[in-house]
Amino acid sequence: MKLNELTAHEILDLIKQKKTSSGEVCQAVLDQIERSDENVKAFVRLNDQASATAKEANGPVPIPIAIKDNICITDQEVTCSSRILKNFRPPYDATVIEKLKKSGAVILGHTNMDEFAFGSSTENSCYGPTHNPWKLDCVPGGSSGGSTAAVAANEAIWALGSDTGGSIRQPAAFCGVVGLKPTYGLVSRYGLIAFASSLDQIGPITKDVTDSALLLNIISGTDSRDSTSAPFTVPDYTKALVNEVKNIKIGIPMEYFIEGIDPEVKQLIVNAIEMLEKSGAIFEEVSLPHTEYAVATYYIIATAEASSNLARFDGVEYGLRCHPEKMRKNPLVDMYEETRAVGFGKEVKRRIMLGTYSLSSGYYDDYYLRGLKVRTLIKNDFDKVFENYDAIITPTAPTTAFKIGEKANDPLSMYLSDIYTISANLAGIPAISIPCGFSKDGLPVGLQIMAKPFNEEMLLRIAYSFEQSTDWHKRKVRL
Amino acid sequence: MSQTTTEKKYETVIGLEVHLQLNTATKIFCGCANVFGRDPNSQTCPVCLGLPGTLPVLNKKALEHAIKVALALNCKVNPYIKFDRKNYFYPDIPKGYQISQFDLPIASDGYLMIPLADGAFKRIGIKRAHLEEDAGKLIHDAHATGSLVDYNRTGTPLIEIVTDPDLRSAQEAFDYLHILKLTLQYLNVSDCDMEKGSLRCDANISIREMGAPNLGTKAEVKNMNSFRAVKLALEFEENRHRTIVESGERIIQETRLWNEEKAMTFAMRSKEEAHDYRYFPEPDLVPFTVDQSVIDHVRQSLPELPQQKLKRLTDQYKISEYDAAVIIQDPDIANFFEECTKHYAETKKICNWINGALFQELNARKMTIKDLKITPQDLTTLIKKVEEGVLNNLTGKDTLKFMIDSGKSTEEIIQEKGLAQESDDSVLEKIVDEIIAANDKVVAQVKEGKDSAIGFLVGQAMRKCQGKGNPKKFGEIIRRRI
Repeated sequence: MKLNELTAHEILDLIKQKKTSSGEVCQAVLDQIERSDENVKAFVRLNDQASATAKEANGPVPIPIAIKDNICITDQEVTCSSRILKNFRPPYDATVIEKLKKSGAVILGHTNMDEFAFGSSTENSCYGPTHNPWKLDCVPGGSSGGSTAAVAANEAIWALGSDTGGSIRQPAAFCGVVGLKPTYGLVSRYGLIAFASSLDQIGPITKDVTDSALLLNIISGTDSRDSTSAPFTVPDYTKALVNEVKNIKIGIPMEYFIEGIDPEVKQLIVNAIEMLEKSGAIFEEVSLPHTEYAVATYYIIATAEASSNLARFDGVEYGLRCHPEKMRKNPLVDMYEETRAVGFGKEVKRRIMLGTYSLSSGYYDDYYLRGLKVRTLIKNDFDKVFENYDAIITPTAPTTAFKIGEKANDPLSMYLSDIYTISANLAGIPAISIPCGFSKDGLPVGLQIMAKPFNEEMLLRIAYSFEQSTDWHKRKVRL
Repeated sequence: MSQTTTEKKYETVIGLEVHLQLNTATKIFCGCANVFGRDPNSQTCPVCLGLPGTLPVLNKKALEHAIKVALALNCKVNPYIKFDRKNYFYPDIPKGYQISQFDLPIASDGYLMIPLADGAFKRIGIKRAHLEEDAGKLIHDAHATGSLVDYNRTGTPLIEIVTDPDLRSAQEAFDYLHILKLTLQYLNVSDCDMEKGSLRCDANISIREMGAPNLGTKAEVKNMNSFRAVKLALEFEENRHRTIVESGERIIQETRLWNEEKAMTFAMRSKEEAHDYRYFPEPDLVPFTVDQSVIDHVRQSLPELPQQKLKRLTDQYKISEYDAAVIIQDPDIANFFEECTKHYAETKKICNWINGALFQELNARKMTIKDLKITPQDLTTLIKKVEEGVLNNLTGKDTLKFMIDSGKSTEEIIQEKGLAQESDDSVLEKIVDEIIAANDKVVAQVKEGKDSAIGFLVGQAMRKCQGKGNPKKFGEIIRRRI
């Protein structure tokens, strides 16, 4: 097997045995990028220091990593795949980058995403779409599609994504990799360019569950620079990697298996449940009665926060600045309008308008405030289930990866591809997507496991046990 | 219609909004120094510049200051601390929103008592006070093709204090501001300097017929940079409103700017104020509850406030309310006074010296009492020398001047400058004899019974001895000799 096809823990073992070096691993990854990224288009920017860093790496985890284009790295351009942030180079590292650098990580570069993470296909990018390594005419999912595609194509050993409504898990499912959205507050958001502050979380995208635990160990923990980071003592997540699910009680929400779900996807989830049942897990049907309101609630809250978070992109301090040819109102307002008209893509404008509307006076109570109330109801649904169950299992997405362009003009159907992932963000709970099979036409399917806040250990344990009795995660794309 | 009948007919209603910069060491949501007057944009960091990915973290000291203000203004302190975003586009606000407090301000339902001309006090309600971050400063005329922006001020902790519409005249507004500023200075939470912008005041004013239940249409007045300007602007507005109402026209609700040079207010273009701020809870700052013990601790650490001090000083030191009112204008002066009383029992005399000669010297030097090199004991030593007759009032004041300039003690100055009053009778008599000999005509007037002529001779004698004599003593000797 090629070095770049290995997992991080396999590589770390080899390095320990002095059978390879971080320099060699990095070179194998860079060679793969050279070979295949022309077709996959996972990366939007490569770090020209990656090789040099790898050769000098002396931290404990000198693994090449891909970073989503919304996480700040000192002096590296970061754009959220938007024209409006062109040439923006932050003078600071995100907390997760700081932690990675300390661990000896080799940062390969930034990966493609839906502009400002608004999307589920990585098509809404100023750099053009990323292609699914399993089938190049399909989307990789989104918004962290660049990161999941990079890992699936072995162009990175692992990657960081961000998840606001499923942006790690849905593309992980589409690309056949492991994607974990941690509990809100477990990983610092400092240096993550915000989409919806109350929902965003950075998380690991890896080839297997062990790597997920390893990477989570590196990036999680309280951060004094993020007031929303939880005062929580982080355990060693690799200790949760136990192949034992006997008597673990898992709920299957009936609201998740209704119309719209692809029968092939459904069958693979049923198979997965049976497999875990054989290992001793106890499954019961549960109800999350407010599920049907999740998508609407999400799009009110997320767009409201986004409309405010994106107000800073106004051409004054950094990024793009445009002036219209002829004066329209006054120089300042003209500059604002032209900069944002040119700088933002269609989906970004759509969401800013939606969010602005729901916060406007006269509408606030009916939309934003009501959204917050329903969010509480959704969270209560989960609390109630978790009184009696250790975890919840669902499909990650209702379908496999769709064709590039297929849903480009149908935003509503695009929004529905996050239907199973959105609730975890609204409730703030952790959720993981792991590979659980392939469709007949060779596209991966993901299984989602959700648990109580700060119980990532339960997710990892169930996921690890499942992984031990399957080999979906070992299937490789050859590009 | 004459002025007097108009005044009877209408009532003026004023409410004030005061923005106060808190003097914390660092800004409200980042670690930048909270200082005034540095090079543009030198006191900034990614957080206060609102760079993408950065997050605010509340400065606990700013919160403590706000609680202090709330308690001093007799407000209810809301222990549930929640911030909101106020969204608007303007280059002085780098995030596109200001972090403020909307529906749950830290303080509400307070009051401040202001003294009225007749000696009574009036209660001015404090509707609310909330914490927020200050914006940056735009500089419009320094650059040929555009405006410049200085973000040093961005993120300075502010507390906005809003009164109920309880003020009934420009003078009351002025008095309220005076007491408010004094109270805030006592708390040592701000330097309250309107010129530097650390205290800013906007006013809402309307008029209504006396006894009318509803408020009239208001105007908001901005851009006043002194208390005097607030008073003038409100007087101007009061008259403007009256003129409009009396001519049978309607007042338009609008924001007006005070123009200091023209001494008038002018309407802002209405477009500039058509804002929907789209307030919503700030998701980057998790709401939390302040422990009652923290609030109690702040309450216990509150200093004596001006009105409490006024009462105590008049009671304890038997000084007049007028003297006490002057002394409490500066808590440092009040402390200086109280220190003096430990060294000298004549409190009235200490007041006279502080409110007279000492203030004169401070004003002349544009100094505060903190800048003084002399101690309370130095001053009381000086006063004693005057009372003992070693110095007269004139040489006493000179001595004070020299003491302030040099930092030397009273004794040293007297010695050095030879300022000690001449008390040797034989020396004084010799001077008087010389004066009598040189002023025949005046002496004759004295003999004719013209008492005022003595004053002239005393003056001559004082001049002869370069001010070191005792005028009273000179008077006696002159009478005796003539």
